[in-house]
Amino acid sequence: MGFFDKLKAGLEKTRKSFTEKIEQLVIGYATIEDELLDDLEAVLLSADVGVPTTTKLMTEIRNGIRNKQINSPDDLKPFLQDKINTMLLCKHHAEPIENDPPTVILIVGVNGVGKTTTIGKLANYYHESGKKVLIAAADTFRAAAIDQLEIWGQRAGTEIIKHAEGSDPAAVAFDAVQAAKARKIDIVMIDTAGRLHTKANLMEELKKINRVIAKEIPAAPHETLLVLDATTGQNAISQAKLFGDVVALTGVVLTKLDGTAKGGVVIAINNELSLPVKWIGVGEGVNDLRPFAAAEFAAALFSDK
Amino acid sequence: MVFESLADKLQQTFKKLRGKGKLSESDVAEALKEVRMALLEADVNFKVVKDLVAKIKERAIGQEVLESLTPAQHVVKIVNEELTNLMGGTQSRIAIASRPPTVIMLVGLQGAGKTTTAGKLANLLKRQGKRPLMVAADVYRPAAIKQLEVLGEQLEIPIFTMGQDNPVNIAKKAVDQALMMARDIVIIDTAGRLHINEELMNELKSIKQTVKPHEILLVVDAMTGQDAVNVAESFNNDLGIDGIILTKLDGDARGGAALSIKAVTGQPIKFAGMGEKLDALEQFHPDRMASRILGMGDVLSLIEKA
Ligand SMILES: Nc1nc2c(ncn2[C@@H]2O[C@H](COP(=O)(O)OP(=O)(O)OP(=O)(O)O)[C@@H](O)[C@H]2O)c(=O)[nH]1
Ligand SMILES: Nc1nc2c(ncn2[C@@H]2O[C@H](COP(=O)(O)OP(=O)(O)OP(=O)(O)O)[C@@H](O)[C@H]2O)c(=O)[nH]1
Ligand SMILES: [Mg+2]
Ligand SMILES: [Mg+2]
Repeated sequence: MGFFDKLKAGLEKTRKSFTEKIEQLVIGYATIEDELLDDLEAVLLSADVGVPTTTKLMTEIRNGIRNKQINSPDDLKPFLQDKINTMLLCKHHAEPIENDPPTVILIVGVNGVGKTTTIGKLANYYHESGKKVLIAAADTFRAAAIDQLEIWGQRAGTEIIKHAEGSDPAAVAFDAVQAAKARKIDIVMIDTAGRLHTKANLMEELKKINRVIAKEIPAAPHETLLVLDATTGQNAISQAKLFGDVVALTGVVLTKLDGTAKGGVVIAINNELSLPVKWIGVGEGVNDLRPFAAAEFAAALFSDK
Repeated sequence: MVFESLADKLQQTFKKLRGKGKLSESDVAEALKEVRMALLEADVNFKVVKDLVAKIKERAIGQEVLESLTPAQHVVKIVNEELTNLMGGTQSRIAIASRPPTVIMLVGLQGAGKTTTAGKLANLLKRQGKRPLMVAADVYRPAAIKQLEVLGEQLEIPIFTMGQDNPVNIAKKAVDQALMMARDIVIIDTAGRLHINEELMNELKSIKQTVKPHEILLVVDAMTGQDAVNVAESFNNDLGIDGIILTKLDGDARGGAALSIKAVTGQPIKFAGMGEKLDALEQFHPDRMASRILGMGDVLSLIEKA
């Protein structure tokens, strides 16, 4: 067997589901041994939970064993699920619907994570719940980004504010907020261009969008959502930190959870930055958006896919 | 990111170790703990990490430490060599077919950067004197065709579209068209899809059977985490990919996915996407990627000189 074949055979194991693995562990070990804990650690790491948070969870498990909360391998999964659930619940916000409309929601994130699609889904959701929605095409940079948002606007049946490609994104945002006030809109959602959090000039542009909105409505944006791709690994922590330095993030949308990626990095983000996940994306359709439920998510980490 | 570099950590680990002799098993074990952590934090798949660490251990124990290097530097050197080896020593390029057109198909998950990369690749090849044709075979994503059209206009490269027709049909007609227009490169932009979506994976298989691409390139986001192995393995099993293009390397992602993907597919990483602009496509350098994953550019160049 060549090196690659060997690795490949080895990796087969990683594809097996969390449950399957834990069940195997439970069957394989009569009592809790170090090897069992090592395997459990591997399972967390493979869900992108990351080293520091995995270490923290493993410490909790070891404490749980010591103070007899965990007495057999069977107790491990519920214990861990509960700990993750608690971590995710540490800070939870209600929806930010303003008494004094419009509510302004700014959507930010790195390239290709699903910002525009999420706006389409959210627009549809708010529209269906009887709100008057306006979306703003403040990604004036990427090829056909405006056309893409327009199609989503049609799908959701909402109005859109757009300028020409290449124009100032802050001006689009300003226009949108003004129009929303004039037209008695309930919710304005602003789509921004994907940008890597390390690019100072693009992050500066985001600040400007923010300033312009706040000039029109001092409390706005009422919500600033960071969109994260569930496939992303530890870099998501850097994204959350650096976007958070520039704009006041109020939550996370975790997209593409319909794949096999577990999105475990949001546990780390919750743990380290106390930034709650609010929505999850589970497909490319207009209805493929769900409110985030911590317990379900914790359970899904352990489930087959 | 406020990463303490692996080199610094190893330096500290070896502080106690005075003089230069053979590396003992316990010295190496301490150091390898740090190596393991650094690799995991860089998103290298944990199973790949395990195998790699075992290999490094085997090599490091009992080795004479070179006069010119501290024990820490010595371990870093071994780690770096193993990483570079695993990533595939040399750079690769696109195989140009002896009888044109060369057909290149870009595949990958949603939002990985396929369409942008199609534009970049077309641009690169045009500059090398080729005559590319870009094909809009993503009939699902809103405004995907328009996106490719805009890129085509910017680059003054023709695109082939049949609207929301069947992608297999589009690909076939596009190759016919390329022959008629004497275009020697055909770049097919496909829709993003999940590796577990059987129907859409079958669509790619049909395109492959119909147009027999010379290069099927998997486009992967450098920020991808542990799941990179599942994605790469599925695409490779279903299609037999010929190479990888790693995108969004212009950020601060360590890019451990590169190593994971290389490990499961054995296919070379051919290009690196370094920005959103259409000239931001570079040759991939395995050695640079190794030091990036480890988070220590300068230290390595010092060691290289030693
Ligand atoms: N499977 C799946 N695909 C999604 C989901 N959300 C978005 N996508 C897809 O991901 C790709 C990128 O989505 P966009 O909404 O264009 O992402 P974006 O963040 O606006 O991208 P940029 O504006 O280019 O930075 C598209 O192909 C979407 O259909 C999801 O929840 N699941
Ligand atoms: N910073 C950076 N952004 C990139 C790079 N390559 C692509 N992008 C951006 O990533 C986002 C998604 O790129 P697309 O080319 O639309 O991705 P795709 O794979 O075609 O997406 P779907 O067709 O929806 O699956 C866009 O905002 C691109 O500008 C890169 O190398 N660096
Ligand atoms: Mg967008
Ligand atoms: Mg595309």
